[in-house]
Order: sequence, then C-alpha cells, then structure tokens
Amino acid sequence: MRAPDSPVITKGDVLLAVENVSLRFGGVKALSDVSFDIRKGEIRAIIGPNGAGKTSMLNCINGFYHPTDGSITFKGERRPKMRPHVAARGGIARTFQNVALFKGMTTLDNIMAGRSLKMRKGFFWQVLRHGPALREEIEHRRVVEDIIDFLEIQAIRKVPVGKLAYGLQKRVELGRALAMEPELLLLDEPMAGMNLEEKEDMSRFVLDVNQQFGTTIALIEHDMGVVMDLSDRVVVLEYGRKIADAKPDEVKRDERVIAAYLGVPH
Amino acid sequence: MFYREAGQYKTSYAADMAVFPLRQDRIGLGIIIAAAYALAFTKNDFLLQAVMIPFLIFSLAAIGLNLLTGYAGLLSLGTGGFMGVGAYACYKLMTAFPEVNVLVWILTSGFFAAGIGVLFGLPSLRIKGFYLAVATLAAQFFLQWAFNRVPWLVNYNVSGAIEAPLRTLFGVPIVGPNATPEVRYLVVLTLVIFLTWIASNIVRGRVGREWMAIRDMDIAAELMGIKLLNTKLLAFAASSYYCGVAGAMLVFLWYGGAEYTVFDINQSFFTLFMIIIGGLGSLIGSFFGAALIFIMPIGLGMLLPALLAPFGLSIGSETIEHLRFLIVGALIIFFLIVEPHGLARLWQIGKQKLRVWPFPY
Amino acid sequence: MASEAAAIRKPGLDPRAMTWLLALLGLAALVAVLTLATRTGVIGRGNLIYDVLVDPFVLMVQSPDLLVQTLWEGLVSGVLYALIALGFVLIFKASGVFNFAQGIMVVFAALTLVGLHEKGVPAFLALILAIGVMFVLAFAVERIVLKPLVNQPDIILFMATFGLTYFLIGLGELIFGGNPKQMISRELYLPQGSTDLQMFGGLVRLQHIDIAAAVIASLMIAALAVFFSKTRIGRALRAVADSHKAALSVGISLDQIWVIVWFTAGIVALVTGIMWGARSDVSFALQIIALKALPVLILGGFTSIPGAIVGGLIIGVGEKVGEFYWGPLLGGGIETWLAYMIALLFLLYRPQGLFGERIIERV
Repeated sequence: MRAPDSPVITKGDVLLAVENVSLRFGGVKALSDVSFDIRKGEIRAIIGPNGAGKTSMLNCINGFYHPTDGSITFKGERRPKMRPHVAARGGIARTFQNVALFKGMTTLDNIMAGRSLKMRKGFFWQVLRHGPALREEIEHRRVVEDIIDFLEIQAIRKVPVGKLAYGLQKRVELGRALAMEPELLLLDEPMAGMNLEEKEDMSRFVLDVNQQFGTTIALIEHDMGVVMDLSDRVVVLEYGRKIADAKPDEVKRDERVIAAYLGVPH
Repeated sequence: MFYREAGQYKTSYAADMAVFPLRQDRIGLGIIIAAAYALAFTKNDFLLQAVMIPFLIFSLAAIGLNLLTGYAGLLSLGTGGFMGVGAYACYKLMTAFPEVNVLVWILTSGFFAAGIGVLFGLPSLRIKGFYLAVATLAAQFFLQWAFNRVPWLVNYNVSGAIEAPLRTLFGVPIVGPNATPEVRYLVVLTLVIFLTWIASNIVRGRVGREWMAIRDMDIAAELMGIKLLNTKLLAFAASSYYCGVAGAMLVFLWYGGAEYTVFDINQSFFTLFMIIIGGLGSLIGSFFGAALIFIMPIGLGMLLPALLAPFGLSIGSETIEHLRFLIVGALIIFFLIVEPHGLARLWQIGKQKLRVWPFPY
Repeated sequence: MASEAAAIRKPGLDPRAMTWLLALLGLAALVAVLTLATRTGVIGRGNLIYDVLVDPFVLMVQSPDLLVQTLWEGLVSGVLYALIALGFVLIFKASGVFNFAQGIMVVFAALTLVGLHEKGVPAFLALILAIGVMFVLAFAVERIVLKPLVNQPDIILFMATFGLTYFLIGLGELIFGGNPKQMISRELYLPQGSTDLQMFGGLVRLQHIDIAAAVIASLMIAALAVFFSKTRIGRALRAVADSHKAALSVGISLDQIWVIVWFTAGIVALVTGIMWGARSDVSFALQIIALKALPVLILGGFTSIPGAIVGGLIIGVGEKVGEFYWGPLLGGGIETWLAYMIALLFLLYRPQGLFGERIIERV
C-alpha cells in the first residue's frame, strides 16, 4: 500500500523537525520558540492544557498556518511557506478536532476523496469515464475497500456521513486520512467525545496503522491513559512553550507538567 | 413488488458504481428515451416548439449551473451572461465559417463561454459564498452590456439582433426559418442526452468528488491535496460550457434569433430557481426544476382560461406571467423550508417507498 | 485565542502606514510623469493613455460646473443607495438574515402608495395605509419565511429572500398592474422644479426633489442613529445584533424585535421608494436599482450603518463620475455594471469589505 517516491528515510531517523517555531496572531503569541522532532515510525503525543497551542502546532506542520519565526523540516527538506495541498501531496495527512468530513457525501465517497491526490487521469478521461478513468477508479476503489475492511465500517459504506454517530464519523475521518497513504499522520484529539469502548477501538486502530503500515503518527490527546499506552515519546506544551519532551513515564513524573495541569500550590 | 433489488447482485465494483444499478431503473430510462424520440413523430408542433425544445434547453442550462452551484457550491448569478456568450460566439463562428457544420459550432461555442467563465471565476480563490455571487453579478451585467454595445458581435447589424441563417445537416435544414420543429427537436434531444451523459460521467468520478469536497468544506479539501483554484476554475469552465451550449441552442435551435435582452438577470435567477426547486447537486433534479418552472406557466396558460371561461372571465398572458413569478417565488420558499434538497430528494424518497411497496417499510 | 490584543510596538514605521505612504508617492510620481508628458506633447488626444488617464481630469478642471453637477447627482443617488443598504443592514444586524428582498420592498411600498391613491384614497391616508401594509408584510415575512428557516445555513436564507422577491414582484404586478406609474409627488407636497446656481462660470442645476431627497435621507439616518443609541428598543436591537442567546437570556423577545426591525426596514423602504419614484418612474425596474445596493454593502460591510452610508456615497459618486467622464470611451451605458466592477475589485483587495470584520478561518 506504499508508493515510495520521496527520499528514503529509515525507521528511527528524524522525519519531521520543528526548530524554534513561533506563531503570532496580531499581538497574541500562539507558539513561542518550540523545538522538537518526530522520528519515523514512532507515535508522538503532543499534550498540554487548553490553549497551549497544540492545534496551532499541527496547523503549522500542515501548512495551514505559517510560522512567524523558525522553520519546519520534513524529510530533510525545509518547508517555508507551504500551502496545505503541498503538504498533503508531500505525505502529511490529518484529522480534526471537530470532524471535518464532507457532510454531503457518503462514507465511501469521503474516503475516495482522500484518494484524489493519487488519481492521475485528467479531465478529458473523466469526461469519457469508460476506459482509463473507470479502470483507475476501480483500482482506487479496491484500496478504499481495504481501508473500509480495516476500520470495520463496511455496513455504513453508502450512508451520508452527516447521519452517522460521532464515533463512526471519527472513524471515517481516519479512513479518509489513511486513504492518502501518508508518511506522517496528524491526529487532533481522535478520542474526543468517545466512550470507553469506542476509545479502545480507536486506540487499536491507531496502533494497527502504526505497526502494520509503518505510518508515523503525531497525536494530540487529552486522555492521559491513551497517551501513556500508545505513545513512544511525548511533547508537552503550555502557553505556547515546550515544557517537556521525553518518554511517557518520564513526562508523567515531570514537575513542570504536573504543575501545568494541576496548578501550582500557593 | 415490482421495484425490487432482490436477485441483482453486484459482482464488480464497476457494476456497483453504475449510474443506474437497478435493472428496473435501466429499463425505465430506456423507455423514457424511446418515448422522447417517439414524440418527434406525433406531428404536434406546439408541443415540440413551445414545450419540449425549450424544456430540454433550459434543463441543459440548469445542469450547467448545477455543476457550479449544486456540486461545487459556488453560487453564480451570471448564467444569463454565459448563455449569451455561447450564443454570440456561435453566431460569429457560423457566419464566419458557413461551410462548417453548425453542430460543430454549437458544441464549440461552449468553449468560448468556458473561457469567459474561467475569467470571471478567478476571483473565487479569494472571494467566497455570497460575495462571489456579487462577482458573478458583475459578469452578468458586464456581458449583457457588451452584447448590446459591441457591434462586432452582431456583425454590425443595425437592429442589434442576431438571426439564425439557414444551415443544414445531411441536406435537412436544422437551423433557420425552414427548419421544422421535428428536426430541431431531434437535434436538441440528441445533444442534450449526449451532454447529460457526459455530465454524469464527470460528477461520478474524481472531479465530481473534488467539487463536492470543496463545496462541503474547502479547508479540509485543500488539506487533502485538492488544488482549490484549479478545481474551482474547472467548475466555472465546465458550467459555463454547458450554459454556453444551451445559449447557442436557445437562439439557433429554438427562437431563431435573439436580442441582448434574452440573456438578462431574470434568466440567471430563473435558472437558479430551477436547480433549487429541482435539487442542488442532482442531474435529474435539473430536469425536474426546468419542467416545473418552465412548463408550469404553459400549463397554467391552458388550464386557467379553460376553468374561468364558464364564468365569462378571461385571463391575459401578462397575468399568467405575473402568476408565474408569484408561484415560483412561493415554491422557492416552500421548498427551502420543507425540502431543501428539492424535487430530486422527493423523487428519491418516492423510489425508496416503491422499493418496499406494498409494505410500509 | 486569536483576539486582537494591542499591537506590540516595533521600532520603525508601522508597515501599513508604509504601504499607504508608498502608494501616495507612487501616485504623485505618476501624476508628475503624465503632466510632463502632456506638456511636452509626448501624448495627446487620441492616445490611449492620454484618453484614459489624463483627458477626463482635464475636462473636470476645464468645466468645474459640470463636475459639480455630476458630483451632486452622484451624491443624491448615493444617498438613496445608502438608504436601501440601510434597510439590509438593519435586518441583518438584528436577525442575521440577509434580506435580498429589501429591493422589492422598496418597490412594493411605493407601488402600494401610488396604487391606493389611484383607487381614490387621499394622499396622506394612502401614506398611512402604506405604512400599515408594510407592517403586515413585515409580520408575514417573519412568520412564514424567517421562523421556519431559523437554523439553516445563510445561503438558504439568501435564496429564500430571492424567492420572496419574485413572489412580491408577481403579487405587486397582479394587484397593481405592470405599467410604470407616477409617484404622487404633488399630493405629498414634495418640492418640484429646480434651481440653477451660477458656479465656476457655468450653470449647476439642482432639482428640488433631489435636495429634498438628500435632506430627508439624512434626517432619517440621524433619526435611526438616535433611535439606536438612546431608546430602550434601540438598545434591545443592538443586544440582539450582538448575540441572540444573550438577548434572550435578559428577557428580550426576539420575535418582537424582529417584527420591529422589519417594520423599520419597511418604513425606510417606503421613504426610499417615494424618493426614487419621485425622481423617475415607479416600476419594477426599481428592482434593478435595489440590486445595486449589493456593491454598497460589500464596500460598507453588512453590519455597519456608517459603512452603508459611506459605501452608498462611494458607489453613487463613482458611478456617475465614471459614466460621465469615462463612459464615452467605451460607448456609454457603463453605469449598468460599473458599481459591480468596483465592488469586485474591492473584494479582491479586501474580501470582507471596508468596515467588515476580518474573516479568520478556523478549523
């Protein structure tokens, strides 16, 4: 399911490096001088209290926001002012806090939309459809069906996603991101609003994606249990600054992290 | 009982993705198309000239606008102008190269409309939603002004109007005063069927999905690798192509001539109403909407005088026109409140009910 | 998170001021170059650059009386555009509905007035009845159109008001007939005739009705401003405009407010309709004029009353000046689309309008 057409980076090497990134909106500093890296094949958690700048960080990696200072290097290449669709074609996919599915389309169509960047047949062939365009569509349909099997959402294939339960919507969104065959998958609170059973399912999927497909994952999450269980390394942000960057166990015991979450006794 | 899927298994993805996966649907479509062709031989000139030909042409324009507004989510009030571009382009081409078959020019004129559509669609990268609609208004008013004030477009004709000269296909007149309604109807029907098939190919494939993606959430679409500007411009191009061809057909295969007032803002609004009532994002809805908005006043025009005649009351054609505005306006409000997805959704619901008939669910 | 706090002061000039300064310098340079080129005879009449960039200004300076006349006419139509836009803004501020039907409400109000008078109703009684009709209309629209659509996306509401427009056009034409009518200016004691002013060696003709229109419009705007800031209902309106939920929680009845707002918009529509109708005919072409209010709203933003005024004046003056001085180059009649082009160019530079708020997309 992988199509390597970019510089080969082996597991363990740095895939994405964030260097001294600052992000400012007018007078508000969302991120201040944040640096960390993400290694290929790992699951990296980004945690922190509300307003810490976690989503802004993901948005910078994605190309949706452009850092006012510092740089982001992906696969060895510096990425200055990148547009989101360039990031996508470079191998970065993401899901969103508030599910950003295409509400007017079915599950199948949503995930097929994720294959768009892999589809090559131009407008002329689309007009004809029968022939090369249809063959390409069937080929990609096979891939999408594999993803649907993987996520166990066969039954809701043809259901308009607006009608689905929240937990299922998040699963479809994951499927759509997977359809892009990303090297780096950014998950923004994938477990938000789920019950225990749904969280366990989603955790299993995240682990499977990482282990079966080798996809590197950056994960924003509030549920500490999930973070401890899933991630290889953790970055902790507070008020736009990095306050810890280590393995889950160490982070759990870090004083600054505890203070950030629980407050400092006066 | 009749409308059943039982026994029809899809054994390939291609079969699953077909436009009409149910055999009953395919049979139904075949019957409709056969009936449509058969109409040509009923020798009912009024039916063909005043009802069927314009209905098909407006359906085509509605499909065009639906591609842009229904599928890609870009509200456009410039339909009238784009139709006009097609008509005037066709006129210039026809008169400059009379040897070339007119059908070639009708289909080519759409490309000129597509070019203009792309030009006025360029702002869509920065401007969204309602504001984009105002940008298309600029296109509409500017184009209509150009049709009126640029004498080159009408070949310096003093009257400012364009007329359809005689053109033939295999020796039979299809354009011009000698072209009979039957012949013109057959040409229009074939072109519309062909272009509808192409539209359905486009919307079922990658391009259609990309349009719907930018309609539903363009930020997410961009983050999935879809190039926003290219996709939006393609929508403008495809949509304007269809409107341009419809405009050319309107002048040369129906009216026989035109003035610049034909392509006014009312045309834009009525096409928009057709797709709202018919169903945004639905090809068949375009036909439904065109039928309701166009055929309804004709029906009224025949029905009401008949109803009122016994009472000695007469009703003028002007009144019918006023009633048409009234009813269309009311229908728009009604549909938006009751069924925002238009007649197409009602049709779908009807088919669903039919699938389980005679059981309730 | 992205609320605009005070900008952190950096040494050097503020970048926005720099841009303005550069633009002004650039403009001054351009003027200098053009003047030099004209004086030395490098460009002259017949040359495209001259015809577009120099000749109109030369004409303006040579016949200032014509310029004043054009500016005046632009001002008057601008004020009336502003009034129409004001109706939009009122409704949008209070209910979030973009009432495209404001244009047809203007026509409908004027038609009702004239129609009643034709049927023999004395002028001032007809005026009162017309106000009553607008009230009923406001109520009906709120009940039948707005309430059911309250949770739908904006674009649906927008399209519903299109439908309302066509409905009212059909209704109006059915009831009152489709022929253009004369506004009952005399019966309403609106001033007639004109005054000629000697100015700049020429004549500037001011129609009395235009003066009256400008005065009445200004009074109306001032009255609305006072209404909004000083009265209880005005305060409630502003509360609703800020937040429906908050207004509800302090006991403000949304329904009542909406009816009041639509009614006020209706009165504004009536006054606008009378003024426009007095200056030309009362026909459904007024609808096209109402569409022109859209560029006004784009320039001025949907939520700002001063914006509507400034936008209206810019469009009104821009149109008239553009048509008079540059129109002949293109064959005339550019008034039909000039306003929209201005709005389009403006949107490219600033997609949220002059007074609108910066749209920050959040995912």
